[in-house]
Amino acid sequence: MSTPSAGSDLPAPTPLPYRRPSGPGRALVDGWVVAKRNLIKIKRVPEILVFVLISPIMFVLLFAFVFGGAIDPGDGVGYREFLIAGIFAQTVVFGATFTGAGLADDMAKGIIDRFRSLPMSPAAVLVGRTTSDVVYNVLSLVIMALTGLLVGWRIREGFLDALLGFGLLLVFAYAISWVMAYIGLVVPSVEVINNASFVVIMPLTFVSNAFVPLESFDGVLRQLVQWNPVSALTQASRDLFGNVSASAAAPDVWSMQHPALYTLVWVLGILLVFVPLSVRQYSRAGG
Amino acid sequence: MTDMIRATGLRKSFKEVQALDGLDLAVPEGQVLALLGPNGAGKTTAVRVLTTLLRPDSGSAIVAGVDVLADPDGVRARIGLSGQYAAVDEHLTGLENLEMVGRLYGLGGAAARRRAAELLDRFGLTEAGNRPSKTYSGGMRRRLDLAGALVAAPPVLVLDEPTTGLDPASRVQMWEVIRELVSGGATLLLTTQYLEEADRLADDIVVIDHGRAIAQGTADELKAQTGGERVEVVLAEPSMVGAARAVLAEVASGEIELKAGGRELTAPVAGGLAALGHTVSGLQQAGIAVLDLGLRRPTLDDVFLSLTGHASEAPAGSPGDPDSAETEEALR
Repeated sequence: MSTPSAGSDLPAPTPLPYRRPSGPGRALVDGWVVAKRNLIKIKRVPEILVFVLISPIMFVLLFAFVFGGAIDPGDGVGYREFLIAGIFAQTVVFGATFTGAGLADDMAKGIIDRFRSLPMSPAAVLVGRTTSDVVYNVLSLVIMALTGLLVGWRIREGFLDALLGFGLLLVFAYAISWVMAYIGLVVPSVEVINNASFVVIMPLTFVSNAFVPLESFDGVLRQLVQWNPVSALTQASRDLFGNVSASAAAPDVWSMQHPALYTLVWVLGILLVFVPLSVRQYSRAGG
Repeated sequence: MTDMIRATGLRKSFKEVQALDGLDLAVPEGQVLALLGPNGAGKTTAVRVLTTLLRPDSGSAIVAGVDVLADPDGVRARIGLSGQYAAVDEHLTGLENLEMVGRLYGLGGAAARRRAAELLDRFGLTEAGNRPSKTYSGGMRRRLDLAGALVAAPPVLVLDEPTTGLDPASRVQMWEVIRELVSGGATLLLTTQYLEEADRLADDIVVIDHGRAIAQGTADELKAQTGGERVEVVLAEPSMVGAARAVLAEVASGEIELKAGGRELTAPVAGGLAALGHTVSGLQQAGIAVLDLGLRRPTLDDVFLSLTGHASEAPAGSPGDPDSAETEEALR
């Protein structure tokens, strides 16, 4: 880097008229400002929420009534009861698409340029976006749980266990949000992100025990299913909601024996990779 | 004088495209510099480098005393940027937009609200302040975006094509706003493809083409560089060219040009009004009918043409097409 040649003077850094927050707390403070901005959008365009909430209801009803009779999980638990945790898992994972779509939209509209020209934390836009999407997921879980209760799903373990189950679903969805955040910053438009997430998330949720029992898969597919984190998430939720029959032992694989732990390992791994990756991508966006 | 913006030897290429090719810039404190050039000249790339949005391949830049590459965050805290398309959140109200920007500059909640209300008032948006900005006209959105750049009262302002895509009335209104800003003492770098805009707003103009500064000076200096005043005559009858040329020869200080289908004559003159008066009486005495007659000073369009060898292009960007300018910039 060359020093500007002599000529007129350069000023000393001009003093700032205000004091800026600093340190890691700034990512949270700024992130909350961005999250509030995203949540205002829900207030202004409530139509978004209608569809966010209708599709999980539709999923619960479709699977319960269309496949309800055809698939027998086989361990004494009815299919509807078996199914609900799978639908929870699938829906919250799909919810991450919002994160990617929101960021792709912000990129396209130039808001990201505005944010990037401000002295804010480079993680704030991503922290804000992933945080506001937790709100979407909480709402859709509540709606799905109510619909599930209507069609015969029951929480058979303690209330606290059930809360842990919901917590695990949200934490996993949060991690997937960061993956989608990265994709949202890389792809050129909202249309692409919707298709991209479909391509990633459909196999992830269908090649799992979310809709069909693990026992019905063979060979390589079975290996994939039992190590798929969505399977572990679903298995852990079923355990915590008490939607597995007491007599049936969990499949004899570490991931299925310790599904909650295995899920959390994935959560940690995803965050460790995708938080720095996304923040770096954000910092050089458009460059 | 103290330079609030100084860039030295900025280079940036995108694939095979050399967007910046050794650009040098200096803007003294309190001055307005217009970066004038056609689409794809490298204006937006220069702005993006100076506002820390883009790292140059080489070169350096100091803004408000802070090195753009060494301390980008320090630069961001001292600049206000308003882009070529209004980067406001359409679902947020005007007030919410400005409040959010204030919070992100580090103002406290109450201070951010106060500042937002103040700016809305100053930009004539108080009444619309509680409506989502989606409902604003193009000119209102642009003003809101500009207000966003002023939230932290930054010493350096960078406006990237602030009036591209605006209707003429909104453009004039925007010019008034910008002139008022500058009278407040801010240092301003402005890019534009409108020659008239540079002429109206800037103390100094840098003409940029293919990523390089090709000329610099005040509007008057640039015009003088292209040539001084001239008398133009458009004849009613092309057959009178010979006679008209003889009249003009008496006042001309250089070669007389014939253009536009053989009925328009242009003569460089030194005497201004006196030369015009002489021409008028000369033409009358000779009984030559004219369609148009006048004393012309070169426009910046002439300047541009003579400097670049190509005319300035009509703007391709419009509010409904936010990508166009950037895409063209990248494609060149």
